[in-house]
Amino acid sequence: MSAVASGPWTPTPLPIRGVTRETRDTFTFALDAPADGFRFAPGQFNMLYVFGVGEVPISVSGDPARPERLLHTVRAVGAVTRAMCALRRGKSIGVRGPFGHGWPLDEARGRDVLVVAGGLGLAPLRPAIYHLLRHRERYGRVAILYGARSPGELLYRRELERWCARREVEARVIVDRAGPGWAGPVGAVPSLLARVKVPPGSTVAMVCGPEVMMRFTVRDLERLGVARERIFVSLERDMKCGLGLCGHCQLGPHFVCKDGPVLRYDRVAELIHVREV
Amino acid sequence: MERIESLLRKHPFLSGLSDEEIRFLAGCAANRRFSPGDLLFREGDEASAFYLLREGRVALEVNVPGRGPLQLQSCGEGEVVGWAWLFPPYRWQLDARAVEPVAALAFDGRCLREKMEQDHDLGYALAKLMLYEVYQRLLNVRLQRLDLYGNEP
Repeated sequence: MSAVASGPWTPTPLPIRGVTRETRDTFTFALDAPADGFRFAPGQFNMLYVFGVGEVPISVSGDPARPERLLHTVRAVGAVTRAMCALRRGKSIGVRGPFGHGWPLDEARGRDVLVVAGGLGLAPLRPAIYHLLRHRERYGRVAILYGARSPGELLYRRELERWCARREVEARVIVDRAGPGWAGPVGAVPSLLARVKVPPGSTVAMVCGPEVMMRFTVRDLERLGVARERIFVSLERDMKCGLGLCGHCQLGPHFVCKDGPVLRYDRVAELIHVREV
Repeated sequence: MERIESLLRKHPFLSGLSDEEIRFLAGCAANRRFSPGDLLFREGDEASAFYLLREGRVALEVNVPGRGPLQLQSCGEGEVVGWAWLFPPYRWQLDARAVEPVAALAFDGRCLREKMEQDHDLGYALAKLMLYEVYQRLLNVRLQRLDLYGNEP
């Protein structure tokens, strides 16, 4: 796993090659990767630094097989991400990483894979989806379920359409609320679980989204018979150092930045419900 | 009748019922098909049927003056649609519109109520299945109402 050249503590400035507006407040930044590319595992994140403003953890959202194209999808919600979303081509963003453990794509080989994403949670899962589609023959059934607030807030719309059109993958999209122009399903993303075939004995589930959405989804997966050991969630905590040293993102015995952000559900199930941690 | 029984047996909603119970209920059920745009039922009309969806998708809508139909939820294959046949005054509270070609098993509501009264064990088993379905819907509606995606970082 290569990191940017300056080591884990020092951000390397990488120029913005392009910015794509995904939704009203969400943008995908393409950064110029270092000469030898930026290698990462699907699900890993980088610490992105807006000079003079601050640093935030953002998952890599691009294709792991294209290390020359380093992509991050960012929603403008806080001081740093708002400043980041105001940057345009030619400006630089400081990058430290990649950090953490990603999705269990090797462990899932030979099994059915269910990807469940909510809102911005599709961004950390997109590299895993690229991998699954590129190595389709290594996996059993592959299903992608994605929920968003409204049709206007769906990420990667053109890709979603392509995934939905592919025969070798079952992709479904649902929104919480829809206007007259929407012909797709309406409801919460766990309700899609009833509409795909999830053989409980062989499925590995990868879930990412707001934590409440993940808890509801896991509850339904367990009801369908998927064991906790084969459910993986990507958690978000207050990641700062990225190296498991500062303790800001500690969740019981785990440092989310180092042991996660992707964690096996049986290892965090009890901790997620402890409000004090 | 044989075909209806076999279709009922395959539907996930009834998977907990015995063959004998399915046979008893089959007399109340009919196979129905709807084209996209067709209404399964309309707000204010008499609620006379309970639908088990076999194929396709149905939008549950409420008509808002000046805005037209507003889709609240959609239901698909393996799910059920319509509860108002079970409770007085037996009037639909929403519209249900096919958005894809729909194949459904339609129970006659009055017939089903009578069967549930005749055989309380069966009535209790069906009531539990319905309650579970309503519980799932309630949880999902709560999740929708939380508007989780609006505020995530």
